[in-house]
Amino acid sequence: MAYNLKQELNKPERFHSGHRLCAGCGAGIVCRAMMRAVNEEDQAVICNATGCLEVSSFQYPYTAWEDSYIHTAFENASATASGVEAAMKVMKRRGKLEQDRNIKILTIGGDGGTYDIGFQSLSGALERGHDFTYFCYDNNAYMNTGTQRSSATPRFANATTTPSGVESVGKKQNQKDLTQIVVMHGAPYVAQTTLFGNMKDFHEKAHRAIYTEGPTFVNVLTPCPRGWQYPADELLEICKLAIDTCVWPLYEVVEGEYRLTYEPKKKLPVEEFMRKQGRFRHCFAKGNEWTLEAAQEYVDKKWEELLNKCK
Amino acid sequence: MSIRERLSGNEAIATAMRQINPDVFAMFPITPSTEIPQYYAQYVADGRVDTEFITVESEHSSLSACLGAEAAGARAVTATSSAGLSYMNEVLYVAASSRLPVVLAVACRALTGPININHDYSDSMAERDSGFIQIYGENNQEVYDNYLQAHRIAEHPDVRLPLMVCEDGFITSHAIENIELEDDEAVKKFVGEYKPENYLLKKENPLAVGPYGVSGYYMEARVAQAQAMKNAKKVILEVAADFEKTFGRKYGFFEEYRMEDAETAMVIMGSSAGTAKACVDELRAEGVKAGLVKIRVFRPFPGEELAAVLSKCKAVAVMDKSEGFSACGGPLFAETAGACINLKDRPQMIDIVFGLGGRDFTVEAARSVYKRLEGIAAGGETGPVYTHMGQREA
Repeated sequence: MAYNLKQELNKPERFHSGHRLCAGCGAGIVCRAMMRAVNEEDQAVICNATGCLEVSSFQYPYTAWEDSYIHTAFENASATASGVEAAMKVMKRRGKLEQDRNIKILTIGGDGGTYDIGFQSLSGALERGHDFTYFCYDNNAYMNTGTQRSSATPRFANATTTPSGVESVGKKQNQKDLTQIVVMHGAPYVAQTTLFGNMKDFHEKAHRAIYTEGPTFVNVLTPCPRGWQYPADELLEICKLAIDTCVWPLYEVVEGEYRLTYEPKKKLPVEEFMRKQGRFRHCFAKGNEWTLEAAQEYVDKKWEELLNKCK
Repeated sequence: MSIRERLSGNEAIATAMRQINPDVFAMFPITPSTEIPQYYAQYVADGRVDTEFITVESEHSSLSACLGAEAAGARAVTATSSAGLSYMNEVLYVAASSRLPVVLAVACRALTGPININHDYSDSMAERDSGFIQIYGENNQEVYDNYLQAHRIAEHPDVRLPLMVCEDGFITSHAIENIELEDDEAVKKFVGEYKPENYLLKKENPLAVGPYGVSGYYMEARVAQAQAMKNAKKVILEVAADFEKTFGRKYGFFEEYRMEDAETAMVIMGSSAGTAKACVDELRAEGVKAGLVKIRVFRPFPGEELAAVLSKCKAVAVMDKSEGFSACGGPLFAETAGACINLKDRPQMIDIVFGLGGRDFTVEAARSVYKRLEGIAAGGETGPVYTHMGQREA
């Protein structure tokens, strides 16, 4: 059946309003869309790393989650998910759980809990081949603690631990390419998506990931209005610029086969993405023109590499 | 029917685990506990158990996987030592506060540094405030018996706390001793099935675990957890009583060895108690009224019960096999002295830190401690309260 947003939005919500995420936060949109990608008749267990999402969606005695949910710590969401998955397997084998119950294990963390502190746990779970789907809501920094740089922060972004100043043009390093690293683990399904348009791209990738057996990974560029410093109502526009500038290319890797899922009609200059956000403001100051050139050069190089993989 | 065998402490624990056949075992190797999962891997390979055996990439993840499994509704176990236990530190607290009754076997080993693989309690003592129940064994038999009782204590609805079964690294974990094993079926019957009331995979009532607890709720959660630890005292004795009825071996919070009229006593833990008991026997033969209390349950700490026993003594030496760096004594001393604070007639008390990183503890060494206690009992002068024993003098 073809994707229809209206139809999707008529499904019962599995991530409820009333949570404490900021206005315009991308993470809430990710959660709603992630849960819509689980078939209505199936159950889910959500394993969540510590972060904005956790403290905002499950503040005792309230939870925004309709399905079972577990949070244990910051760096161990994938290990926790491994335990849930192992329990499900053995309980089915021992007749403690109905064989026909379809329970999907979804793990979700921000870039801090995924790219950085949770990386070992993620890598271990991918290597062991547990049947789970990891959603990373990559908002490019440690937002829960106040926008400190992570390995997902792009070069030149102003973060509170990589501030710009007379001796600094923001973060010195490019973003770690975690999606590629996950692909190298041999995961059967890996994708990059973001929040734009009618959410078809997200939905299809999320659904495919959730319904592919084995460890699967969806990396979602998820803007944070406070950290990126743009008006909260411009989220969709920012995401669209990220894909049209090729800062965040949309693609999927199915059993090692790369497929580009979006190619901009006209590839826009990276500075159009950067100009919208306060975190890159210093790049537009006189004398810092070179940062825009360097950012463009890096995006072009990565884009070419990806196109070659998708051939 | 008991079965006479010869096993190391690690194999005794692995055997208990095999008999219980838990749902999930998440493992990561570290000396000297590594043999436990190794034995278990072979049981899995040979089809003797059908546990889901997960070979994770760290101790942090082994305990995290156990938490996920327990929350999901499964009985989960793991084993570790030393740095591995320290690496679990954060997750130990999460297990206890989430009230997930994981059973963790600890082959106690010194912490770095310098790096050392031998026995002391610096690893388990560092986790005494984690919210885990801690039960220590003197030898492989006690370690096996403690393990058989562990799940029933941890999983009891009034308790629901994780539990460490502690053995002495190498001394108990690797030394092969005679042991009486119980029949597989009898063990299964004694331990029973894990039947949590609520769990993540339950068909009805989805469960949410691990909330953000603001100051309006945090304290209630911690007080409830503290109450659970108090409740554990009753449950530990109930399970021990049933264990004695079923298998004939008796256990309590601690063992009193020749304490009936003792004027001097040691408070000690683990395998060192065996050495000290030999010394007590010698002293008794010489007419010295010496006794010994061996702590089995360190968490919950049996303060009142211990104080009642020690109140009859004139002088007590607390034997700490870990250095707490408080500059005024080790952790066992702090607990024991604290427990005795409100006694009207309390013994004079000294703390001796000994056996660090596997430094030998001998009958002669124990005798020197009792000698000092006799002097204190006779003269009333305690002398230096906190000293170390067995180190080379500079």
